[in-house]
Amino acid sequence: MVKQTTASSPLLQVEDLGKTFGQKPPVQAVRGVNFSIAQGQTFGLVGESGSGKSTTGRLVLRLLEPSAGRVLFRGNDLGKLGKKELRQERRHMQMIFQDPYGSLNRWMSIRETLEEPLLVHGLLDPAGRKQRVETLLNEVGLPKAALDKYPHEFSGGQRQRIAIARALVTEPELIVADEPVSALDVSVQAQVLNLLLNLQESHKMTLLFISHDLRVVEFMCDQIAVMYLGQIMELGPRKAIYRTPQHPYTRALLDSIPGRGKKELPRLKGEIPSPSAIPPGCPFNTRCPLAFDRCFREQPALYELSPGHVSACHLAEAEGQPQGRPNNIAMSPGTGA
Amino acid sequence: MGKYIRRRLLHALPTIFIPLVLVFFLLRLAPGDPAVQILGDNATPEQIAALRTQLGLDQPLPIQFLLWLKGLFTLQLGDSLFFHKPVLELIPAYAAVTLQLTFFALVIAMVIGLSAGIAASLLRGKILDRGIIGVMVFSISLPEFWLALVLIFVFAVTLRWFPVAGYVSFDEGVWASLATLVLPALAIGVRQAALLTRMTRSAMLDVLDEPYVTTARAQGLPEATVIGRYTLRTAAVPVVTVIGLSVSYLLSGAVAIELIFSLPGMGKLLVDAVSRRDYPVVEGSVLTIAVTLVVVNLIVDLVYAWLDPRIRLK
Repeated sequence: MVKQTTASSPLLQVEDLGKTFGQKPPVQAVRGVNFSIAQGQTFGLVGESGSGKSTTGRLVLRLLEPSAGRVLFRGNDLGKLGKKELRQERRHMQMIFQDPYGSLNRWMSIRETLEEPLLVHGLLDPAGRKQRVETLLNEVGLPKAALDKYPHEFSGGQRQRIAIARALVTEPELIVADEPVSALDVSVQAQVLNLLLNLQESHKMTLLFISHDLRVVEFMCDQIAVMYLGQIMELGPRKAIYRTPQHPYTRALLDSIPGRGKKELPRLKGEIPSPSAIPPGCPFNTRCPLAFDRCFREQPALYELSPGHVSACHLAEAEGQPQGRPNNIAMSPGTGA
Repeated sequence: MGKYIRRRLLHALPTIFIPLVLVFFLLRLAPGDPAVQILGDNATPEQIAALRTQLGLDQPLPIQFLLWLKGLFTLQLGDSLFFHKPVLELIPAYAAVTLQLTFFALVIAMVIGLSAGIAASLLRGKILDRGIIGVMVFSISLPEFWLALVLIFVFAVTLRWFPVAGYVSFDEGVWASLATLVLPALAIGVRQAALLTRMTRSAMLDVLDEPYVTTARAQGLPEATVIGRYTLRTAAVPVVTVIGLSVSYLLSGAVAIELIFSLPGMGKLLVDAVSRRDYPVVEGSVLTIAVTLVVVNLIVDLVYAWLDPRIRLK
């Protein structure tokens, strides 16, 4: 049965989500991820390539089957829905991809592309569909004449507008935007981001925004989670993350923005380790300028620094309260407190 | 669309003309004299010279070429030196056999190739996928003439299900006619099926990874629609290319198979005509094959345009 959300519960709740690919050696793409998004909020996932942010996005939409944990959307455990129920639930959750060249079916005109989700879910009559499609096209700033053209006749920015219109056409409650502007020219990025913000306001939608670009995330998001090797290292409201970052990784990322950050830490060296060989202890210990012996032995718990602001760092122990479980099972007794 | 077809046809003209010119000169540069072939070993030099004059072979090469050109443009391809019949009357019967053989081999290749390729792509990495790949690699490695001999041994000599060789025309009974084509069609079709399987599988896998296929799933489209409307159509473009190549190969390359099964097709006609120095028949056959290949390519191009709006709208 598909329940409706009540005002108090978050629209999306992710609990201990994990995904392991392959066997020899297993690649741990996502490990013990917890977060929730309230209705109407924009939640940002940031991290380097290979940090597991896109995988998390796909797990949330159940385009991938999680290896562990569960996803509650509108109060329903997506893993417990039958095939058909899940397909029906999909009209409430849509996705925008990074590559506007690959995400549109080149054989279908824009009209067909935009009407498809409505047809699939049996929404509206032909006249209503026509009107919905035309209104949306207007909202994303494309002329009506675009409807009978094909994707190759548009620029990257225009295609991304079409992809956004397609994501909105079933009036979903949640949109997962996976690097929606990374493939676009900088001049076009700002337009598309503003468009997304305006549409979010007018359609009252909730956004899971995935990006490697900290400036874009700051512009877009209310809540931000910083991911590294499949785990959340620090999570908090935008202000907390950008003004009082605690985790050395977050601080290093902010320092990497030209003209930003406090530059108190030496620059990060090396590459992100392979997710098939995650170091024991804190996953960041191979690159952390502040790492000490405990970091190599023990996985840090998440410590709450201020309401809603948590960090997975042993150094946060002195400042913060241990909050919930650590995000990995490999934890020695007596951590926290 | 009309403009597209016209441009394609213009491109086709050199494709037909250049091989014909090459064949004209190569035949005349090759040793061997048609007059000697026709008259046999006992002919006197005078008889040979007379026949050469009659056939126009004593003319200088440039004159022969111009006369040949004139014949080509007026479609007067001359009489076969061996059959003493106009070339244009001779060819259709042979072409019909090759076309039937091509058709059956293509049906075998497409039925096996498309279904196995699609099944393998949807079961990527599973046991069936690996099994299909294994069988296909094996099939591609089989030489056609060898497979033909094995098929004859098993199905014609041992089991006696089909005739060993020879051809029965459609007029003499449909089933008898089909029976003569089954083994040759299998012998050439299996390899094409294997090639097509590989192409279909990899084309499908490429498309299945495209973001718009993931989007289609994310939108809640039923899996059958995702495969049918989103994947197959895109994957069809490289597959159509391979089918086009297969047809070209089957039409012009089935010579060995036609010889093994003594099928009176274009391949056999061409090889026999070359050994008899039957110039008009060789030229007529090459013209027929070239025109057929151009038509096949044109059809493939039109299918592309039908499949891909980017080509159609250019």
